Amino acid sequence: MSDKKEFLENLGNDYQYGFKTDVKNVIDTGKGLNKDVVEQISNIKKEPLWMKELRLKAYHEFEKKKWPTYGPDLSFIDFDEYTYYIKSSEKAESSWDNVPTEIKDTFDKLGIRESEQKYLAGVSTQFESEVVYHSTIKELEELGVLFCDTDTAVRLYPEIVKEYFAKVVPYQDNMFASLNTATWSGGSFIYVPKNVKIEKPLQSYFRINSEQMGQFERTLIIVDEGASVHYVEGCTAPKYSKDSLHAAVVEIYIKKGGYCRYSTVQNWSNNIVNLVTKRAYVEAGAHMEWIDGNIGSMVNMKYPACVLAGEGAKGTTISIAFASSNQFQDTGAKMIHLAPNTTSQIISKSLCRGGGKVNYRGLVRHGKNATNAKSHVECDTLILDDISTSDTIPTNITQNDSSYIEHEATVSKVNEDQLFYLMSRGLTEAQATQMIVMGFIEPFAKELPMEYAVELNQLIKLEMNKN
Amino acid sequence: MSKLQIIDLYVSVEGKQILKGVNLELSTGEFHVIMGPNGTGKSTLSAAIMGHYKYTVDSGSILLDGEDVLKMSVDERSRKGLFLAMQYPSEIEGVTNADFIKTAMQARLAEGEHISLFKFIKTLDKASQELKMKSDLPHRYVNVGFSGGEKKRNEILQMKILKPKFAILDEIDSGLDVDALRIVGENVNEMKSSEFGALVITHYERLLDYIKPDYVHILMNGKIVKSGDTSLIEKVDQNGYDWIKEELGLDDDPITVTSIGTCAVKSSLAKNEA
Repeated sequence: MSDKKEFLENLGNDYQYGFKTDVKNVIDTGKGLNKDVVEQISNIKKEPLWMKELRLKAYHEFEKKKWPTYGPDLSFIDFDEYTYYIKSSEKAESSWDNVPTEIKDTFDKLGIRESEQKYLAGVSTQFESEVVYHSTIKELEELGVLFCDTDTAVRLYPEIVKEYFAKVVPYQDNMFASLNTATWSGGSFIYVPKNVKIEKPLQSYFRINSEQMGQFERTLIIVDEGASVHYVEGCTAPKYSKDSLHAAVVEIYIKKGGYCRYSTVQNWSNNIVNLVTKRAYVEAGAHMEWIDGNIGSMVNMKYPACVLAGEGAKGTTISIAFASSNQFQDTGAKMIHLAPNTTSQIISKSLCRGGGKVNYRGLVRHGKNATNAKSHVECDTLILDDISTSDTIPTNITQNDSSYIEHEATVSKVNEDQLFYLMSRGLTEAQATQMIVMGFIEPFAKELPMEYAVELNQLIKLEMNKN
Repeated sequence: MSKLQIIDLYVSVEGKQILKGVNLELSTGEFHVIMGPNGTGKSTLSAAIMGHYKYTVDSGSILLDGEDVLKMSVDERSRKGLFLAMQYPSEIEGVTNADFIKTAMQARLAEGEHISLFKFIKTLDKASQELKMKSDLPHRYVNVGFSGGEKKRNEILQMKILKPKFAILDEIDSGLDVDALRIVGENVNEMKSSEFGALVITHYERLLDYIKPDYVHILMNGKIVKSGDTSLIEKVDQNGYDWIKEELGLDDDPITVTSIGTCAVKSSLAKNEA
């Protein structure tokens, strides 16, 4: 408890996770990306030929790809300035005692070990590119659940990985999916067997430490028929003067009647460019939930998607995005309905202050086979001052005549009467504003595991007081 | 003992002057009632004391134990011991009543001091039982989905917990049925002490069956035109306000009804409650 208390008390004045750890890197591919670097990454990992070939195909695709035609301007990115692979410890460890002290210190500062014991069934932490620590509690292993870093999964479970890898998000999908497929390293792999329901959330923590380091983790989750899992991913990164690139891919495959919830609070420091492709393929009667928080990073583009492929499949996205000064959050959700009686719900809460820009960009498509499909979209924006901006850019398409899409959107400022009411009970203006903001994002916060909700509260407080 | 003094107060809202020289002095241990026809500035007076952003004080002063209230921010006024039970309390989505009240209690403590969770829960439980509120109250969002009567009881609940020196009850009786009126009245009465005084703004005498005032003031045309004891209430009840106008030779100068204190909304609230 004392560690935890100290951790919370130490939530500083500036970016609280902006500490840097001096770590001796074991392998480093140097700046820039070319065919050799891609091969080198694959060789270091001793990958099977099919993976190396996939990486190379993806690399050639990446060379041809163009910048996205929407959202923030990304042309400042110079791909030659990044380092694509760094390895800072020899191999993944299964006990904390074997993890290098500096790395342990970092995770201690983040409060990981204690939260693992208290709330989480397993932790997989990614420091730089290789997962340095990973543990899964015994019961899960006995149930046949596979939970490891994706590199290990390629070695241990090649058949499963080969069957699903780059299927939900093909390597040609978009520029950053190509880049990720070529250079990916680490990430989590989860397989939940038929009818196994995991009660406690599984967690992973990602962290970027070296300057100008690209991080391209690849997560693959397969939920078999009737199974269920809640996966929690946290992101923090130290603060540096140069920009770092983060382009992850998350692929989730949920079979008939399965359930998956994927919760994230993304809190990259404000020099990270975060370009992430998250997509779930949802079979008949299955349910995917994205709980997606976006607080950090300089530029963020993220639109978690559900492909509702089987009859009665269900997709839910509950998200927040908070843009402060020098931040551009371009986030949203996508729901692609391909089968009858599919339903989806999107709840998006956007906030901006200090000149930040926050956009909701969403897509709901009911295909011609998605008869009787139903979607409900709710986008609310709270603008906290006069210098910040927000756009809501929804695209709703229905290609049959029996489905319907509801869309609601509100944009508001902090209500003066609410402020007066709270202040008349003794709360300062800052406390009152914060309380209104916390109320605004409550539909998101209440979905988080308790510890994350506490952390979110602290993060919002810090964001509100930032200059 | 504390003292709240209102001295020659002139107040405007949206460019129109509503209060034109109000003088009033309250001590703890006293209940004062302000009555008067619609639109004479009763709610303006309560809003100005608390520092509502829409109301501009043109001249005059308000002193709390000699300290200049008009120089204080709204939250400071609250922490110094003023409380306004509002006619139309705000609804705050996503914030639980418990969280709100706990934060308000915490705001009164010195830095580094914390309320114990156990003590807080006991305090809240006790107060909500005394006001006969539903047990889910702490977990509901502040005033969201509350009936008119529940909102008013929630105001009194906060008053009981925050223990101000002076409470201004702005038409706390509107939207209350007979039982709720009795519960609210009794709870306010019980607070009367050498540490607590109240300014009760109302337009009906029915609340005064439960809250026994020491002084009664009639506010008309932006001024207190008559002060007395409870016998004034009976007179108003029987004869309305016209006799006062005649007695004092006042012009009939109805003031445009402002957003705070309209009767139309109030009667619809009363209907909801029923």
